[in-house]
Parts: sequence; C-alpha cells; structure tokens
Amino acid sequence: AMAEQKFRVRARALVCVFVCVVMCGCGRDDFQEELVIRPLHSGDIYTSFQFRTLWETDFTRENKVSHYRLFPKSLGQVISKFSVRELHISFTQGYWRTMQWGQPYLPSPPGAELWVWFQDSLTDVDGTWKELTNVLSGIFCASLNFIDSTNTVQPSASFKPLGIGNVTDHRFLRYATLPREIVCTENLTPWKKLLPCGSKAGLAVLLKSEKLFHSSFHSQAVHIRPVCKDDQCKTTSWELRQTLNVVFDLHNSGQGKNEWSLFKMFSRTLTEACPVASSSKIYIDITDNSQGEQFELSPATPLLSQAVVLGDRRTFSVYDLTQQITFGTMRSLNLLIRGKSSDMLRPLLHAERYVAGYGLQTGEIHTLMYNNHPYRSFPVLLLDSVPWYLRLYIHTLTVTSKGKDNKPSYIHYQPSKDRVRPHLLEMLVQLPPNSVTEVTLQFERALLKWTEYTPDPNHGFYVGSSVISSLVPSIVAMDTNNSRERPLFSSFFPSKEESSYFVRVYTEPLLVNLPTPDFSMPYNVICLTCTVVAVGYGSLYNLLTRSFQIEEPSPGLAKRIANIIRKMRGVPPL
Amino acid sequence: MAAPLTLLLLVAVTVRAALFRSSLSELISERVEVVSPLTAWKRVIEGLALLDLGVSPYSGDVFHETPLTIYLFHFLVDYAEVTFMLADVITAVALYMAVKDYNKQVFRKQKFALEADRYPLDCLELIRSPKEMYYIPLKVAMFYLLNPFTILSCVAKSTCGLNNAIIALFILSTIKGNVLLSAIFLSLATYQSIYPLTLCAPALLYLMQRQYIPVNFRRASFWWFIVQYAFMYLGSLFVIICLSFFLLGSWDYLPSVYGFILSVPDLTPNIGLFWYFFAEMFEHFRLFFLCVFQINVFFYTIPLSIKLKEHPVFLIFMQLAVISIFKSYPTVGDISLYMAFLPVWSHLHRFLRNIFLVSCVLLACSALFPVLWHLWIYAGSANSNFYYAITLLFNVAQILLVSDYFYAFLRREHHLTYGLYLKRKDGSEATLVLK
Repeated sequence: AMAEQKFRVRARALVCVFVCVVMCGCGRDDFQEELVIRPLHSGDIYTSFQFRTLWETDFTRENKVSHYRLFPKSLGQVISKFSVRELHISFTQGYWRTMQWGQPYLPSPPGAELWVWFQDSLTDVDGTWKELTNVLSGIFCASLNFIDSTNTVQPSASFKPLGIGNVTDHRFLRYATLPREIVCTENLTPWKKLLPCGSKAGLAVLLKSEKLFHSSFHSQAVHIRPVCKDDQCKTTSWELRQTLNVVFDLHNSGQGKNEWSLFKMFSRTLTEACPVASSSKIYIDITDNSQGEQFELSPATPLLSQAVVLGDRRTFSVYDLTQQITFGTMRSLNLLIRGKSSDMLRPLLHAERYVAGYGLQTGEIHTLMYNNHPYRSFPVLLLDSVPWYLRLYIHTLTVTSKGKDNKPSYIHYQPSKDRVRPHLLEMLVQLPPNSVTEVTLQFERALLKWTEYTPDPNHGFYVGSSVISSLVPSIVAMDTNNSRERPLFSSFFPSKEESSYFVRVYTEPLLVNLPTPDFSMPYNVICLTCTVVAVGYGSLYNLLTRSFQIEEPSPGLAKRIANIIRKMRGVPPL
Repeated sequence: MAAPLTLLLLVAVTVRAALFRSSLSELISERVEVVSPLTAWKRVIEGLALLDLGVSPYSGDVFHETPLTIYLFHFLVDYAEVTFMLADVITAVALYMAVKDYNKQVFRKQKFALEADRYPLDCLELIRSPKEMYYIPLKVAMFYLLNPFTILSCVAKSTCGLNNAIIALFILSTIKGNVLLSAIFLSLATYQSIYPLTLCAPALLYLMQRQYIPVNFRRASFWWFIVQYAFMYLGSLFVIICLSFFLLGSWDYLPSVYGFILSVPDLTPNIGLFWYFFAEMFEHFRLFFLCVFQINVFFYTIPLSIKLKEHPVFLIFMQLAVISIFKSYPTVGDISLYMAFLPVWSHLHRFLRNIFLVSCVLLACSALFPVLWHLWIYAGSANSNFYYAITLLFNVAQILLVSDYFYAFLRREHHLTYGLYLKRKDGSEATLVLK
C-alpha cells in the first residue's frame, strides 16, 4: 500500500509537470466540476452535476485547432466544421414537476432538444443544420437524424444567445425537439466519454446508469457557448458545460426513508477529485435548515457558502474534494443526509398544457400559465411549435386571464406548410399578479398518407413542449457581475439586471391521435376505386361508340352448325 | 310565372334563414360532405385573420381560395349569410331564365321539324307540348333551391354556392346568345376552380348553333368563331389573374390554389374518390395516378362533344355531372347543380332503366354518410373503410344516374329518327340494343 501510494503521488506530480509545460504552449484551459444536492420538501432529492471546461481558443480561425487537452476533440471539430456559435442539446427522461420540486437549475423538456446559433458568416444554414444533426446523432448515439424541416423552427424571440454574441438575426437560429426520444445507457456512455477524466475519477465516478435511470427525472445536457473572461471582455473563451440533473424518488430509490447518502443514490462513494480539475466541490442546499433541526449532514463540514440562485438567497454546505481531509481516514466520502426539508418557496411561474375535445376530427390545445407572485405582473414569451398535421386555426386563439380577454402585445405566427415545416407561434403575454392565464387554440387533425404513420399509429403523435421564457421579478438582488467566481449552478443564465432573473418553463408534451386509414388495404383500395372509374368510363364508352340496332334473335345451336356446314358447301343458310 | 317564382324564393330564403339562426349551422359547417378544404368558411375566416396578422394567407396550407374571394369577403364578412343566400337566389333565377329560353328554342325547333315532316308517324307521342313544358323552369328553380344538398351547402357557408352562381350565370349568358358575357363568366368559373374549362366546348357548340355557323372543321367561319371566343376568354382570364396579382402583390396564390386542386396534397375525407385512393397509394405511382385521375375529368369532353354536337345543353348537363363526380374535392353543393337540370329531361322518364335503384342508393348513401363518419371518428367502432365504401357506392350511383339519362336521351333521338314501334324482319316487336 505504501508503494502504491508513493507511485500514485509520483504519477500525479509527473502529470502536473507535463500539464504545466503544455499549458504554457497553447491557450489555457480550465476544468471545474461540481455537484449540487437539494433535498426537496416532498422527500425526494435533487442532484445536479455540472462539469465546465473553459478554453481560450478560436475555433473560427483558418488553421484548424489540433491540440486538444481537456476540451473533447469531437465537439471541437463539430464547432469548427459547422461554424457553430452556440450549441445546446439536452436529453431528458421524465417531466419536471415544478409545483412539487420547485424550479430546476437548468430546465429541459422531455425527450431531446437541440438549439443552435450559427455564425453569421455561414451561407447555407439549412444544409449545415442537417449535417450537424446527423453528426450529433452519431456522437450521442441518439436518433437525432429524425430532426428535419418538419420539426425545426426559427424562433424570433424566445431563444436569445446565452453567451456573448451580437448575432440577433434569427435566420441563424435553429430549434428542434424530439419529444418521443428515449434516453438510456447508450446516451449516457458517450456523454461521459466527453469528460476530461471520463468516468474514472472525480464526480463522474458516481454516474452509474443502473441507479441514474431508476429515478423520476433524468436529464443530461451539453451547452457550448463563447463567454467573456473578464469584465472588459478583451478575450473570449469557449465554455463547454455538461450538466446532469437527477431527481431520486423517495419511495422508488429511497425505500420510503428520509435518509439519503451518496452510496444509496449512486451505489458509489467518492475517493478523489479529478486530477485535472481546478475545482471540485459538492454543495448541499441547507437553507431550510438554519439551526440543524430539519436534517443533518455527515460528515460535517466547516465550509459554508451563500449564493443567489433563482431569485432566492440560498445557503450551502460545501465539500471541497481537492482537499485531502474531505475524504477522512477512510479515503472515501459517503455523504449522509438525514431528515426532511421544510416547505419550499412556491415557484412564481408555472405552466400546464393539455388537449381538449373528443373525436378524431378536431381538438383544442389549452395552455395554462400561473403567475404566483402576489402583486407583480410580468410578461412571458410563449413559444409553440405544432407539427403540420394538426392544422391550427389562428383566428380561434383566445387568451384569457381572470375571466377577461388578455390580448398579447406581440404575436409572431408562421403557418405550417404540409410536409415541409411546422406551425410556429410566439406570443408575448402579460400575466397579471396571482392569476391563471389560459391560451386556447383550435386545430383540425389531418389524414396522412399510409406511409407517413409510425409503426404504432394508434399510440398517437407527439407535440413538443411549449417553451415559456420570462424575466421573473426577484425577491433578492441578483448578482450581475458575471465574471466573478461563482458556483457553476448560479452562473448559467447571465443576469443583466438585479431585480429579475431568467426562467424558462417547459410544459408537458402532448399526445394526439390522428385518424388512420386501413393499412392492410392499399391494393384493395386501388382496385376498387379504379373499378368505379372504369364503371364510369365503360358506360360512357358504350353509349358513345355504339348505336341502337334491332336485335335479331340468334338461332339455336343446331341451326348454327347447320349454317356453318351449308356455308362450307356454298349453299345459302337457313 | 313571376308570382310562383317569387313565392319559391321566399320559401327558400325562409328555410335558410331559419337554419342559420338554429344551432345546426355550427354542426353543418363542420361536416366533411358539405365543405372541403377548398370551400370551407372556417378557412376563409382563417385567411382573413392571417391577413390581419400581416402574414400572407398563402404562406401556410390552410387557405386555398382565390384572391378575388378574399377581396370580396374582406368587405362582406359581416354579411356572409346574406351573400350566400343571394348567391343561391341568383343561381335559381339564372337557371329559371335559361331553361325558359331553352324550352322556347326546343319548341321552335320541334315545330320546324314537324312541318318538315322529319319525324316518323308513330313517334308523335314523343313530341313535347307547351303545356307540359310550361312548369319546367319553375321545377328547375325548385329542384335547386329546395334540394337538401343546396340548403346544407348554403347554411355551411361553403363557397361552392358562389361557384354555382357563376356557372349558372355562364349558362344563362350562353343560352341567351351573349358571346362576351359567356366568355367572361366562363373565365371567372375557371379562375375559381379549374374544371369548368370543359364547359367551353358546349358553349361554343351552342353559340355557333345559335348564330347558324355550321360545325365543320373545313369551314373558315367555324375557326374564326373559335378564335373570337378564345380571345375573349383568354383576355378576361388574363385580366382576372393580373388583378389577383396586384391585390396581394405576389404570385403565391397560383401554387396554393391551382397547385392544390391539381396535386391533391390534403387528404381530408370527402364524398369523392381521390382521398382514400391517394392515402393508400404507393409513393412510386402517386404522380402517375394523379395524372390519370385529373385527365379523367377532362377526357370525356371531346367524345361527348362529337356525339352531342346537336344538343349542347344536354352536353352542359353531362359535363357538369362528370366534373362533380370526378373532381378532386367534390361536395354536395356541386351535385345539387347538375341535379337541378333533371326536370329539363323529364320527358325521358319512359326510357330510364335504373332510376328506382339509383334514387334508393343515393338516398341510402346520403343517410349513411354521417352515421359511418360518426362511427369512425367519434365512436371508434368502425374504421375508414366503412366511410370509403359509402363513398364508392355514392359515386357509382351518380355515374349510373348520368349514364342512364344519357342512354334515355340517345334512345329518344333514335326513336325520333326511326320511329317508336319498331318491328323485326318477321314482323314481331323488336328490342333495341346497343351494338
């Protein structure tokens, strides 16, 4: 054991020396990892992993970047080849229950979601989008190749760039969702491979798929964007964030006991931080636990941190994994969290969506948006992307709040074109304080060609989640100094002003049935319809080409044979 | 005759107004047998709403009306019910006047033929008298106005009523002999939906007959008349199309309206043959069968014109029927237009062979359409094949009806030439067959 330890120390030293030598040569890159654990008041527990790589390099310059260290080469090549400015991709299994769990640090819709801002020097955005989705489909082992023009939209206001950028021309933005996409181990494995330490060291050792997918909510995402290094923004670097959010259910994973530990959640404990990480921390949200009455943490830690996140000042217990004493004498860290957290703050913005109506001819989409702020009203941007086979009637759009008509101040509607593009509806709606706003829209269901149905047509067709983006008034002053060192989870959405923070809420995806033709009948239908056309043709042909004649009765068989013989003999017939 | 017509118009308007005010109007305007993606009122409102939003109505795939229709309804959207009732009234009055004029000419021709002794002696019972022809125009107006199909189409505010009005005005101007108006209304009808183009053949034949121009390919006067008519038709069509361009400032409407009618992308069920056929078509053959089905509508023009060149008004009836059965998005409003002509051929009833069967099938199918639609779409206990079967049966019944009337017409002409009671060589009673 002593020899082993000495060997490990020497290996680490060598690695550090090598890293220092290399770092002097090219752009500095930096890797940070963190895990945030937030017990929820329903007894479930929310864990959010964030891995961030910052790299000062320029993917857009002529000579290609060839020396990759912490930044994954596959993603770097994607950025330079497809002139990507920002890329956000998420794979989610389950639906985030805002009313029970509060607001997530990083929202994501069920299924797969991909939105990309391209560089404004790109000429053929649609062709590049198609290639990009196919390449990403290979990198993440997901069926992103189903993204085509029938489910891609160009939102004009809802998806502004999250990094620095002057591009606001929405011709360079593409947004697509695949609500039907299922997330499983095949998607987690390539995602883990993108991390600098892989799943061998640091926080990523906890990511074991048997436990992660046995949860109420699982979301993994990759976000790439250019960020400023400092306030004056003299240099820009590329930021790659890989995030993984999991909510473990009290009864499924917790066996009904309000006692959570790293081993219980992930079936692993932590032994070391990732050697190439500059910071590796675990934050436990203890805000609702001021006197240690509600729950207890073990092992105890002296480090405390405060951060303003989601409009609220939260207190966190911090475990720094780069310090050896965190791991104690056993050289392994198994956090134990016992007890329940108190009631959470009611989320200020929350939304629901459902389909109303009966039968397979028409229907109505209802979107309900709740503003739970007692006295402030704020505007929200609602983005709806509906597939072309649900034909929306925009003249039936009604927006009502508190029983009265509430006219949206901005409507951007792009009607669908059959088999080419979907409907896009973006609206700016002012939500009055403490109210429910209901948006209803009627649609008609189309009959598709028999080859356009999925193999299980009676399962229904998915309509992607609506996206509701808003600047929600904040109780505490938000930190607008974006370059200061902050925990990763509080620095994802940049705050431009102190009195509000950005929130994005995704509604449920819808499942809609369409009328189906009989799939066993193509040949029969062709024959029968052609028969009817032939009946018409035949009757008219007869009447047009034939004329009326007096019918002579034909003689009997014997007479006819006799006539034939007589003809042969040259004698007149009977 | 004005008084019974006025009474009829009042009754028709009252029935429609009563139905407009009832709760049935909402129900009827949703029915797929009465409205199609081309003619639905909901889509007209949608197009106007898109215009208000600043988006071109043709940028999506919901709106397929012509720009002149948008322009018309931009001003008349609040008076829509009155507009459609007025369209029905105009159609009925136009058909009334047209049939009245036609009957006068039929009677005059008959008189000349009698004086010239052209009819054999035993077919005098086939000769028509003014007394029996007196009530025919009123019956035509009644058949159109009080036909349940027409009433449903009007209450649903289907723009098919406007198309029927334009075609009726075309028929009126043709029968009155006004070449210019006939060309203008024909170009309007073609502009609204492409298929009335086939009506130019009977129009030409009738106008040439009326102006005593012989229908003979070698005569210069024949070609000169065709050139004149074509010039007037193409000129008014050109003016209308350019006017549509200037109304909305783009040519977007051409693929949205005419491309839609010809390429049938929307497979919403209706009473026609196209929807299920193209829903179940193999992709490889789609274009081929599309061309076959579209050519099928235009294909009967020339053979029918050659056979019926002495009888252009019957040719108009046949063409309207062929269009209504074989067009890409038929509705019951199209059927009611050619059915309005049936009283004009009431003298053929002794030669009709299948009329009982056909009328029973048409009645049964009309009753079964809503039932099987409900079972498929709402109850979920039937599937699309049930509705499709009724569609097939309905179209077969219509084809039988039309060919039956054609048979009876040709037979009567044969008897008028060769005599009614025909004898075989041995003197016994003969049977006539088509050979």
